[in-house]
Amino acid sequence: MAAMTSSVILSARGLTRHFGGLKAVDGVDFDLAQGEIHALIGPNGAGKTTFVSLLSGRIPVQSGTITLDGADITRKPAHARVRAGIAYTFQITSIYARLPVFDNVALAVQSRHRGDPGPRARAALARVGLETRGAQQAGTLSYGHQRLLEVAMGLALEPKVLILDEPTQGLADSEIETFKALVRSVAPETTVLLIEHNMDVVMDLAQRITVLNFGQRLAIGTPDQIRADPQVQSAYLGDTV
Amino acid sequence: MGFGAFFLLASLEGLVSAAVLALTAAGLSLVFGVMRVVNVAHGEFFMLGAVLASFVTSFLPGPPALGFLAALVIAPCLVATIAALSDRLILKRLNYDPDATIVATIGLLYIFQQAALSFYGPEARPVPAPFSIRVQLPWFGYSGYKLAVIAAAVVVLAGLWLFLTRTRAGLVMRATQIDRETATAFGIDTGRVYAGVFALGAGLAALAAVLIVPIQQAHYLMGHDPLLLSFITVIIGGLGSLRGTLVAALVIGLSDGIISVFFSPTLAKIIATLLVALVLVFRPQGLFGGAKT
Amino acid sequence: MRDFALPAALIAVLWAATMVLPAYHEGNLARIMLLATYAMGYNIAFGYTGLLSLGHALFFGAGMYAAGLAAEYGGVPAGPGLALGLLGGGAMALAVGLLALRTTGVSFLIVTMMFAQAGYLTILYYTPVTRGEEGIVLASALRRIGPLDLSADDTRYLVALAIFAAGLVVQAALVRSRFGRVMVAMRENEERSRMLGYSPYRVKLIALVISGLYAGLAGAAYGLLFGYVGAGFAAIQNSIAPLLWVLLGGAGTVLGPFLGTAAMFYLTDLASTITTATLMVTGVALLILVLFAPKGVLGTIRDRWAPWLP
Repeated sequence: MAAMTSSVILSARGLTRHFGGLKAVDGVDFDLAQGEIHALIGPNGAGKTTFVSLLSGRIPVQSGTITLDGADITRKPAHARVRAGIAYTFQITSIYARLPVFDNVALAVQSRHRGDPGPRARAALARVGLETRGAQQAGTLSYGHQRLLEVAMGLALEPKVLILDEPTQGLADSEIETFKALVRSVAPETTVLLIEHNMDVVMDLAQRITVLNFGQRLAIGTPDQIRADPQVQSAYLGDTV
Repeated sequence: MGFGAFFLLASLEGLVSAAVLALTAAGLSLVFGVMRVVNVAHGEFFMLGAVLASFVTSFLPGPPALGFLAALVIAPCLVATIAALSDRLILKRLNYDPDATIVATIGLLYIFQQAALSFYGPEARPVPAPFSIRVQLPWFGYSGYKLAVIAAAVVVLAGLWLFLTRTRAGLVMRATQIDRETATAFGIDTGRVYAGVFALGAGLAALAAVLIVPIQQAHYLMGHDPLLLSFITVIIGGLGSLRGTLVAALVIGLSDGIISVFFSPTLAKIIATLLVALVLVFRPQGLFGGAKT
Repeated sequence: MRDFALPAALIAVLWAATMVLPAYHEGNLARIMLLATYAMGYNIAFGYTGLLSLGHALFFGAGMYAAGLAAEYGGVPAGPGLALGLLGGGAMALAVGLLALRTTGVSFLIVTMMFAQAGYLTILYYTPVTRGEEGIVLASALRRIGPLDLSADDTRYLVALAIFAAGLVVQAALVRSRFGRVMVAMRENEERSRMLGYSPYRVKLIALVISGLYAGLAGAAYGLLFGYVGAGFAAIQNSIAPLLWVLLGGAGTVLGPFLGTAAMFYLTDLASTITTATLMVTGVALLILVLFAPKGVLGTIRDRWAPWLP
């Protein structure tokens, strides 16, 4: 399988984070292969968002290590990790609502490149299909378009790893199709890690899937392997698959 | 008088400061804890209490004790009403947005100060104490009234504690503090709770001022120091923790009193303000922060 | 270049005004320009970066006393005095910012207010040196830049204009620059900005220091040009003042600070002829602004009719 032979771009060892008595993430090991599309699934409360927050630096690690492209980034603050190549799109859309769509993406471009952010910003918008809406105030976009804008901002950062937190939530079916095509076009230059509840999207897009439950890694494998895994079935999928 | 006696005197003075500070800061703590609002005009509620007490006692004939008692009831109630109105007319319309509320309360600060200046005047005027018994200690005589102030503060704070922990209204306030949305879901009219809390906070400050005004004169600018000191107290004690506020008031009042007697009061204030800044930076939960009333 | 057109026009008008204005108004306008410089500094921190501080009087005072004490006790002439003021304000902002920016929101507000209060009390504590509330009146011999006598009306006005013009141009350039866009981003959505690779602490610290430089220069200039240094300028009322001026004129606009400062100055001037209740004017103005026009004059104009307004 192609993902197994390519190098590991992002890895975590023994990642742990407690909140008071709650073990949100409990000693998780994780390897993200370069160029793959990797899905992270699990029941509500399994620790998925906490886990990627630890990876992206939004929450500090209590124990464990994180390595990006060979370099230890465990102690790096979030903004430094973004500069090192990790991009994160929020579970609850977080854009600059009062600024124009163009400015939103331009700020992402500006973080990466000197000079006029215009051309690259327009290219990023074109990639998600928002090129006609550059002057529109971002907060007035439809929900689905706001999600796309966030992805555009993530892409404009030209990251090594793009983490998408429940990107299709609240999207209409047609928008989900657009989104899937977008993700497929992004890999393999960019590695994609996505948290998803929508099983169709997961099975369709992901090359490998990691299942979390109660803050621990329950299983990892290809979509077929995960579908067939009885532990995963009982914990999460039920017997509808 | 030996050092020990001086120290006792300073401590008694400190306790009086602590008593007044505890009441004022309790008011601020409630407002901040329940409403998450920074009321920059809190010191002006204090000042209004003192000024109104001065008016009441000057208009009521008869023995000073009567006038004072009337002031003790009337002034806090009036100030509480003004506060409730301010909340309903202004703060509620701003939806308690943090930045906007601060600016609005600054505006109120100026308006109240101006009102006092225009109707009360720029002079500082004394209010006669209700009684002038002197308590004779082995080393010095001490004002019986000041001791009464300490006692009164203890009684009021105990009453406040009982109110918050034993009555339904108190429970409603604490519930709103913990989780406003859930409180609304339970049918609590948070708008009325807020107005009530704001009024209670202002009333406590006004009460503290009425107690202190026979000792310290009423002046239209007298709200400035209590504002800063009660902020310092609430922050060091931990936002939202009444117990922390009371302990902090005791510590700050005592040390302010003691340092002021032995050193310069300005130096004491400098140390206090820097201390609170550093506490906020390095230990934002204060000494007791996180603990609920 | 369009963004510089209006500021340039304003500077031109102010410069032309020297020819026509009587001495009383010239003096007022000189004060307004210096206070507007202070307000522009505050606007950079508050209007553009979203830092609501109640401690800017500390930076203004630091500049004023740096220049004033140096002149009074060291005979330092006004030219270097202005530089001292500039650096004093900036250094104080750096020191405060390093600590205060570890907090946000209400905590930040209180921390800045506390540091400013400590500064004010320190000035009072050292009254033997600083002359406290009474203040120091600077001899006109000390208030010279080379051959220029700052106590002369025209010279004073032109120096104030030069300082204001410099501040205005720098502000206009800053808000159009890359960093200016990042400041706004930080104000609009700090978490998003962090996740785009911008360090909130660093951006806010730089904005605060720039704002401190403005305040320090304004403070030093005010002391040197009008020959008086006093503790009142470091009191909390002088921290509230630029907030009011910026809110009135329009936070986050280039010309808002000047407009707000001038309007408030003349409003209180006018009010004091009718009534002694000048505090009321300030209080009511703040309430009206925050309830009905939170964007201020230019902010509302820009929002509704003129999106091109800088």
